[in-house]
Amino acid sequence: MPDQLLFGMEVVLNGLMAGVLYALVALGFVLIYKASGIFNYAQGVMALFAAMTLVGIMEGNVPFSHLINAVFGTQVHHFGWQVPGIAAVALTMIVMVALAWVVNQLIFRHLVNQAPIILFMATIGLAYFLEGFGDVMWGSDIKKLDVGLPQGLNTVIDDLTYGLFGYGFFIDNLDIVATVVAALLVGSLVVFAQYSKQGRAMRAVADDHQAALSVGVSLNFIWVMVWSLAGFVALVAGIMWGTKSGVQFSLSLIALKALPVLMLGGFTSIPGAIVGGLIIGVGEKLFEFSVGTMVGGATENWFAYVLALIFLVFRPQGLFGEKIIERV
Amino acid sequence: MRQRLLTAVTAAVLVAGPAFADLTIIDTSYRTGPYAANGIPFSDGYQDYFTLLNERDGGIGGEKINLVECETGYNTEKGVECYEGTKGAGNGALLYQPLSTGITYQLIPKATADGIPLHTMGYGRTSSKNGGVFPFVFNYPANYWDGASHAITHILEQNGGDISGKKIALVFHNSAYGKEPIRTLEELGKKHGFEVMLLPVDHPGQEQKSQWLQIRQQRPDYVLMWGWGVMNQVAIQEAVNIRFPMENFIGIWWSGSENDVKAAGAGANGYKALAFHNLGSNYPVYDDLRKYVVDAGKAAGAGDQLGTVLYNRGMYAAILAAEAIKTAQEMHGTAAINASQMRDGMENLDMTEAKMTALGVPNFGPEFKVSCQNHGGNGYGAVSQWDAAAGEFKLITDYYQSDQEVISALVAEDSAAFAAENGITPGC
Repeated sequence: MPDQLLFGMEVVLNGLMAGVLYALVALGFVLIYKASGIFNYAQGVMALFAAMTLVGIMEGNVPFSHLINAVFGTQVHHFGWQVPGIAAVALTMIVMVALAWVVNQLIFRHLVNQAPIILFMATIGLAYFLEGFGDVMWGSDIKKLDVGLPQGLNTVIDDLTYGLFGYGFFIDNLDIVATVVAALLVGSLVVFAQYSKQGRAMRAVADDHQAALSVGVSLNFIWVMVWSLAGFVALVAGIMWGTKSGVQFSLSLIALKALPVLMLGGFTSIPGAIVGGLIIGVGEKLFEFSVGTMVGGATENWFAYVLALIFLVFRPQGLFGEKIIERV
Repeated sequence: MRQRLLTAVTAAVLVAGPAFADLTIIDTSYRTGPYAANGIPFSDGYQDYFTLLNERDGGIGGEKINLVECETGYNTEKGVECYEGTKGAGNGALLYQPLSTGITYQLIPKATADGIPLHTMGYGRTSSKNGGVFPFVFNYPANYWDGASHAITHILEQNGGDISGKKIALVFHNSAYGKEPIRTLEELGKKHGFEVMLLPVDHPGQEQKSQWLQIRQQRPDYVLMWGWGVMNQVAIQEAVNIRFPMENFIGIWWSGSENDVKAAGAGANGYKALAFHNLGSNYPVYDDLRKYVVDAGKAAGAGDQLGTVLYNRGMYAAILAAEAIKTAQEMHGTAAINASQMRDGMENLDMTEAKMTALGVPNFGPEFKVSCQNHGGNGYGAVSQWDAAAGEFKLITDYYQSDQEVISALVAEDSAAFAAENGITPGC
């Protein structure tokens, strides 16, 4: 088989894996948009905040230690213990649920029935607040995140493809884990939305707030639940991306990778986020591989948006989004 | 009425406050945003050294240093705002250290018009080494083009002086900063017969799978990196993932701090980075920093960055600024110098080993002498290597001088083009 074809196959496989990582971020957006019509600008920062909290808890760091030390003249930084990964994930989830409750109580409860742009602006404010709050709480240094996920070349695939083609494909173990986690996450979310009482209530709220209220669905509860779910998805995305690059401010920018995925997959479809992620991942990687080298490279960021725009032209609601027809 | 009067008096006192200090240095720092992890140690080192001079020596030549910090977030627009807002601070700003190539490019015409010197240490516009065209910009002791040459010199040394036919990849931040070494590498490629493979990475650099797959497929012999922030950590992790030999991976000095390698763990062991100053905290000046600054509760930050690569770099920048102030004071016979006199001090700076030893930093940086024709020093730099077990970078080579034949020609060409574009008549 020609080298270029083999390289191309390797690029496609890696594109699919990268797409799954993008989809993980996009899922959080979809959940909140589906249930409340809010485009949550803060989703990327939530991933950062969740990952920072996870590392802080695992390492036994004292939250707000710089502030405490500056005010009281103390020198406290660590509690002196370490928390195992699973327990730290559970504790972080409690923090994310608390955050969801606070966000709902202080912000969104007061903005029911406001125009979407007002809700969007509120999430921008929330994003900037969380950025600063996270820094004050855990510090802005780059933190190593190790919850025991494997990383690096998968030797089984390398050996297998080498045996078949004479060229070993590179697939990152972390990407494989991310794929499995994303599949489980999407499956669970779909089952939850379709078959659980809360899931059906969530869909009812998404269809019509007032109708849902009239049949006894608690809007407050559903919104806290949805923000908590989005917090959980943010935590998963934060773990995957944070393991790759360390936990640092730039994690919040992964939201930029989710936007074309949402444009393509639709803002209201959980499977759409996955399919959109895969198309964007493969599309941008293949373009960089085949055309990028001829035009100076670094095409991925903009090409993802070009791809999404092409889909938008033909299907404005995205591949899996609900077509909105408003009669006047 | 009384309350209004009180408010007015308070405001007047606050505004007039900085005027009591005579030597005003501006620290355009970034303690927030995507590059905060790098901005914090640099700024801490920069400020702590000036605090040490104030606390231990009563300032410089009897004049206290008034250090004004302005947060840029590594944002060019905010950097320009900082400049405009602080240039009149105290008795007038003496010096800016923008710590950003983007901000530097914006400030070059402004600072030149205002007569305030810029020190762009190891970054900024490389051809500002030519003081005849850039009278108010100084980039000693080394610049990006020197860095590219240092990396090639190191590779030459490792290959018995012959690298013809080798392939050297450059993974670079797709910005003015990242593109700086391309021309130099291409010229050096012609001279030594190696091939240059260019791999740009878009900001912020969180996703680099394509670039590293290309490296895995095309197997360059060496990879050089011009990165900053998250791009560095991801690149090093990807190199570990594809099992690229770390000893053949060399980053510029802005890709060579503890922040860049720690996230990759033990796999990053052996990664190399260029340096234009020494590393670690085994210097007498650190005893004084702990005694007069950190233990006295006067540190700029949490006091937890001492001895890190970027803290050392910030401290080195402050040392060079302080020595330029002393030079200016001696030249002009006054302790309370102005910005123009500061420029003279920088242009006549002579950093000798004897001077560095007396300052408590023996063997910390290369000797160099600044002149009107040469605002960039003598182009010396070394290679450091990450020891993951010890958790520190260590210099593994002596200081190399960059290929002056190639670099001088490029500096002359680029600065002449700038002079022509801006109607400047070069001259010293």
